[in-house]
Amino acid sequence: MSAEHGGTTEHRVVGTSARRADGIAKVTGSARYAVDLSVPGMAHAVVVRSTRAHARIAGIERDAAAASPGVIRVLTGDDLLAAGLTPYYGHVVLDHPVLAIERVRFHGEPVALVIAETKREAAEAAELVEVAYEELPVVIDAHDALKPDAPNLHERRGERVGDEGMDEGEGGLATNICAIARVGWGGDIEDAFTKAHVVVEGEYRYPMLYGYAMEPYNALAFFDQGDLVVYSSAQHVYMVRRDLARMFHLPLARVRVSAPYVGGGYGTKSYTKVEGMTAAAACFTGRPVKLDLSVEEAILTTRSAAAHIRARSAFTKDGLLLARDFDIVMNSGAYTDNTPLVNSKTANRCFGPYRIPALRVLARSVFTNTVPSSSLRGFGAPQGNIAGELQMDEAAAKLGIDPVELRLRNLVGPGEEFMPGKRPLDADLKDDLRCLSAALEWPGATAGHSIGLGVSASDAGAYPTSTAAVRIHSDTSITLFTGSTELGQGSRTVLAQIVAEELGVPLESVSVINGDTGVVTYERTTGASRTTTITGRAVQEACRDARRRVRELAVQALSVSSGEIEDTAGGVRAKGKELSYGEVIEKWFGAGGEVLGHGAVRRAEGFAKMPPFYEIGCSGLELTVDRETGQVHVTKLTTVGDVGFAINPALVHGQDAGAAMMGMGAALHEELVYDGEQLANPNVVDYRVPRFSDIPDQLIHLLAERRDGSGPYGAKGAGEGAGNTIGSSVASALGRLFGVFPHQLPMTPERVWRLMREAKRE
Amino acid sequence: MGKREIELRLNGVERRLEVEDQVLLIELVRGLGLVGTKLSCDTQVCGACTVLLDGRPVSSCTTLAIEADGKPVETIEGLADGTKLHPLQEAFIDRFAFQCGYCTPGMIVSAKALLEARPDPDAPAVRHWMEGNICRCSGYQTIVDAVLDAADRMRSAR
Repeated sequence: MSAEHGGTTEHRVVGTSARRADGIAKVTGSARYAVDLSVPGMAHAVVVRSTRAHARIAGIERDAAAASPGVIRVLTGDDLLAAGLTPYYGHVVLDHPVLAIERVRFHGEPVALVIAETKREAAEAAELVEVAYEELPVVIDAHDALKPDAPNLHERRGERVGDEGMDEGEGGLATNICAIARVGWGGDIEDAFTKAHVVVEGEYRYPMLYGYAMEPYNALAFFDQGDLVVYSSAQHVYMVRRDLARMFHLPLARVRVSAPYVGGGYGTKSYTKVEGMTAAAACFTGRPVKLDLSVEEAILTTRSAAAHIRARSAFTKDGLLLARDFDIVMNSGAYTDNTPLVNSKTANRCFGPYRIPALRVLARSVFTNTVPSSSLRGFGAPQGNIAGELQMDEAAAKLGIDPVELRLRNLVGPGEEFMPGKRPLDADLKDDLRCLSAALEWPGATAGHSIGLGVSASDAGAYPTSTAAVRIHSDTSITLFTGSTELGQGSRTVLAQIVAEELGVPLESVSVINGDTGVVTYERTTGASRTTTITGRAVQEACRDARRRVRELAVQALSVSSGEIEDTAGGVRAKGKELSYGEVIEKWFGAGGEVLGHGAVRRAEGFAKMPPFYEIGCSGLELTVDRETGQVHVTKLTTVGDVGFAINPALVHGQDAGAAMMGMGAALHEELVYDGEQLANPNVVDYRVPRFSDIPDQLIHLLAERRDGSGPYGAKGAGEGAGNTIGSSVASALGRLFGVFPHQLPMTPERVWRLMREAKRE
Repeated sequence: MGKREIELRLNGVERRLEVEDQVLLIELVRGLGLVGTKLSCDTQVCGACTVLLDGRPVSSCTTLAIEADGKPVETIEGLADGTKLHPLQEAFIDRFAFQCGYCTPGMIVSAKALLEARPDPDAPAVRHWMEGNICRCSGYQTIVDAVLDAADRMRSAR
């Protein structure tokens, strides 16, 4: 089933569900992930972790560990300082110690690193490292951390190193506020609330999550002729390169970070994780060192931010929004990491793509003695959506207006600005919503079943700096170089399709080299659904540049004027004669040779206005509830992938299905729980992610292709949107089923059962 | 810690190996370069480390290597016949049944055991059998489709 709005007949390769380029490698077990790599002479590191949530380190006794069999070295943060390294990382604020220095700020923080000949020897010796702690007052809850008498986690803020597009928080913050963002317009919102026909007000909670990318964080580091080489599970190899160059005072050119296949990312592998520790181990031992974390350690490395949102929305009697007011507090953990961006995105993504005459948003992210939080798929959007979209449903119930109709009355149209000064909406969300509600057979007629749906438009956090290079070889085959990493999203396939389309060559003749800063061209990140849209444009430019160079060669080789040469599929035509790229290259060089094309995009022209595109969410589901147990069963799940143009429709469906299922996990099961100072469930037994039994009975993945994106052929980002509205959809479906809207996720069986009891009382 | 000699038939090849008692089956196979078998949850719930021990799917992360003594062990590397893919591998490619691919070896090995036990499963049977394998990327349905597709291919090949 598909809602097609654009023809695809003018294209040959793009717009088709070409098989994945990594297919055979991944089904035969021959795909190599960083965790699979080893080099001769490799030693192994194991992390010693803090057993306190907040404490001063009084001393570290490591003699016993150092004397343990196989141990090469025991490293602490002080060793890094003494060696003159910069022992901190952070792409916005330089406050995250590679290994704790003087103080620990969360239970599980790396305190020391044991490097030994085998992992088993390192693990046994790690048990022998004795750390003496002087305990400090602990704060786990974000609201507690805002209190004046709360223990201060960072008396001095780290150096701000964030560059444009990343550093959106306010500077010079005191207390435990890590980042603060304010969005608003329309003057005095209180006036609007006074005049409103209906006001909806409530508090909403979004859980702390673990992304569970199945390959835990790992790295392999060594020095090669003074250059630092790191293979790791990183999404953003160029961001990690910058952190490592700073740490070791090396030029960027002398740090090589390579991510082979990555076993799941979803944002959780953005930015530096274990690379600094591993590189330090290699530096101090002179050996190649491998560090591969367990899942429990991965949970102690990065999580996503929990949100507590107080929200109010004011409506006219016709259901038009008058004003919205959001006060957001997020628990962002012990260090800054990506919090400023997550915080500002939550502020931008909570109120929805609606016409809102008056808006006030205050978002504060707060340091606590918990695992540092950072990126996770759609960040800010799922957190904000639980308040923003659920209030549309609650208002609809109060106003007696159909919730779909209420949204249609307020949604902005294509080309309409909904955030002043930002890019106008590049989507037709009203039409998307009509497609969605039709597919879900809204409002639904089956007794005991209930439908929830929602929309979102995320300002993609993708600063549009991207480059690409293509080499045309003498047999007309092509190598594409891109800094984008293959996380499973299918970038190698989609970017190869763009090359084949642009150069007019068979897809099979295109090879992609990616994700290695020592080889490929610069790419800012692999996140925020940017690759198809932004990298895809750089790839197009590289192909055009390569064609231009081939024409230049043809002018000289064939002794014709440039006006006499025209492009063909896979070559040029001159004076009625057709030559392939390879023939032109061989003619010009005499023997062998190649042509190199380079492409770059920046914040200019089509990408001048931020965001570079909106990531559209338009999903919904139908569910039933087991009245005895409170267990929710999803009978139908529908996504509308408003992607402008699906360069590979099967891959887009895969992104939508995966994002929606991840959304279901957060909506129904997933939550990291702090029991006192420690996580109660840092494992995949107690932290339950979706399984085969969670597949909805019916799945409908629609595509909306209106060629309205800023990327190649009108494409725009996919991969987050489908999941962003699932949490609010579950809550609104349950609310309509029982007459009481839940304000908290995940809606575990126990919470659903309590909701039913509450509904009976009312 | 003791060491002992074990004999096993690994992907069709007889091997005689000396292993320490505490070595896990996943450490053994990965140590021999068969790194298609993946470690993830480490607690026997995700299925990424699934191998066939004596034809039965087991979590190699929680199985001692010495338990494989005298038994055939099959890993993902043993499925293809040279460059000819197993029907499950073909179907996983054709149905886009993976993204990052980290869970895929375990998925395919689990599904192989299913199709050996039940050559003609329906969708509920596939979902039930595969409950012990986690995938974070796909949303699962394409994997169900691939396993059913592979069953079809294997039937028509008979």
